Amino acid sequence: MHIKRAKDFKAGLIFIFFGIGSAVFSGTYQIGTSARMGPGYFPFALGGVLAGLGLVIVLRSLSRGEGMRKARSFRAKPVVLVVSSVVLFGLLLRPLGLIFSTVILIIVSSMASDEFKKKEAILNAFVLLAIVLIIFVYFLKFQIPVWPSFLTGRI
Amino acid sequence: MELLSNLALGFQTAISPLNLFYCFLGVLIGTLIGVLPGIGPVQTIAILLPATFALPPVTALIMLAGIYYGAQYGGSTTSILVNVPGEASSVVTCMDGYQMALQGRAGVALTIAALGSFVAGCFATLLLAVLAIPLSEVAFKFGPAEYFSLMVFGLIGSIVFASGSVIKAVGMVVLGLILGMVGTDITSGTHRFSFGIPELADGIGFVPLAMGLFGISEIIKSLERKEKREVLKSKIMGFWMSKKEIRAAAPAVARGTLTGSLLGILPGGGVILASFISYMLEKRISRDPQSFGKGNIRGVAAPESANNAASQTCFVPLLTLGIPSNVILAMMAGAMIIHGIQPGPRVISSNPSLFWGVIVSMWVGNLMLVILNLPLIGVWVKLLSVPYRLLYPAILLFCCIGIYSVNNNTFDIGLTAFFGLLGYTFAKLECEPAPLILGFVLGPMMEENLRRGMLLSRGDPSVFFTRPLSLAFLLMAFAMLIVIALPAIRRKREDAFHEEG
Repeated sequence: MHIKRAKDFKAGLIFIFFGIGSAVFSGTYQIGTSARMGPGYFPFALGGVLAGLGLVIVLRSLSRGEGMRKARSFRAKPVVLVVSSVVLFGLLLRPLGLIFSTVILIIVSSMASDEFKKKEAILNAFVLLAIVLIIFVYFLKFQIPVWPSFLTGRI
Repeated sequence: MELLSNLALGFQTAISPLNLFYCFLGVLIGTLIGVLPGIGPVQTIAILLPATFALPPVTALIMLAGIYYGAQYGGSTTSILVNVPGEASSVVTCMDGYQMALQGRAGVALTIAALGSFVAGCFATLLLAVLAIPLSEVAFKFGPAEYFSLMVFGLIGSIVFASGSVIKAVGMVVLGLILGMVGTDITSGTHRFSFGIPELADGIGFVPLAMGLFGISEIIKSLERKEKREVLKSKIMGFWMSKKEIRAAAPAVARGTLTGSLLGILPGGGVILASFISYMLEKRISRDPQSFGKGNIRGVAAPESANNAASQTCFVPLLTLGIPSNVILAMMAGAMIIHGIQPGPRVISSNPSLFWGVIVSMWVGNLMLVILNLPLIGVWVKLLSVPYRLLYPAILLFCCIGIYSVNNNTFDIGLTAFFGLLGYTFAKLECEPAPLILGFVLGPMMEENLRRGMLLSRGDPSVFFTRPLSLAFLLMAFAMLIVIALPAIRRKREDAFHEEG
């Protein structure tokens, strides 16, 4: 299968997935009539339209191809490390506080780069930590846990 | 005369010391993030939105608007000096701007970019002031049917101006509309698509969605590319233009300003398209099209004027009709709502000092940018030598803290990671995220107006076609779809976006 088609094919599948999902869940809410629309009416219709569009895209991808087009190389490292550094920050902010989660975020996300240098990343983490503490905690007074919850006793 | 007294009221508001200071801060931050590739006005406004809570609404809006048009200024500096666009809207400036820099005319290129932007900014501010009152009066005649059709028109516009396949862009709009449905239905109180997660009962936050789709996925994409950034080593000097250069650039600035102003007002249009179209226009009407891409001053003057004009005129639909025409305006709408101001035709009459103050502040801000930009270029150049491997973790960190502080919940950070992954997947599949965001913002409004319209007509959908204004919007939307489906236009459109990619 040609790469160009494969892209449309996958995009179509994603649309079908979200479309059917939306229609199925909307079906469990009240649909109502066209004069008195219930909460399910509009999302049900949208879900149907999206699934239909997805189907057209998938069918077209099977019949029409514009020849080979080189896909940009996919590399797992940047995606996995960047996304997981954000997820980790979200998970650790409450229990560990801003200081530790900042350092972890910076170091994990820095590893996504090809030019990763350990010392430089650690230094960067501490410089940014200082900036964040000064701007967001000291000046802007954001309500954000700074220290781990087991030290402050707050949850 | 009424215009003059309105502008006078605006001046009074805009030049109060507090507003002047925050206007300055806004354009300074805007230029800074405009210079840095990889962080744009969307992320910055999202990060700073919570910090504006303590300010009066006018001041907050003046600062946020400053960030937006300031970024258009800053973006050109990076394009000219490094050949990497600081903002998406200054992609075309690279072509001739960097060439000029290589020929030792970097100073001239920077000057014309700043002056062109200033002229365009002044004109757009005036246009905004002139158009605001008549347009908002039209908006008072709008019923639900008109609003619904106008939004259809706006969404079709965002499809036309998105790059890549039209049908995939339609799919992205519909997906955006569906994502906008998540949360509590205002009419019945039903929780839709919240899957029992309490954080989703209020709907998906705009900030996590925008940061995920644009911020995080952009970072991942840049990390995949091997980027080479070489800051111009030679000293930048010679800011003065010769008479010949002025004669060449002045008409280009005028044309760019007009093109940009027009495209900015159109729903779904915006700064990126404005700069592209004005560049193509210059190339088309030039007697010497070969010189473009080789350091033609017009190739800098026209797109830089156009993107700045568009970044200001695109406030027209938001301030008069209450409909944001692009992602950043959607953020501005969010900011207004947070400050207790419902964007729409009522803003002018109920909050005249806010309305005129923000408009006049744009002119003041533009003046500051000209004064600020040229002397600070040395600082920006130093900043650009900070390698991306140190910069992107900082962007991620500021994003995460910004998202957390909107609602003080960590769920939104997880949501951002999810949308980052989704945005990256869509980018790989060549699906543009901008239509999705616009659909997301307009979704709830569209549903509400559809419901009200159908309720008033007792379930008869013909109401959308029998009311003249509503019909006009739908016909315009239909015409746009037909036009991009025509093979000749389609090829041109692909060419235009091809240069971008």
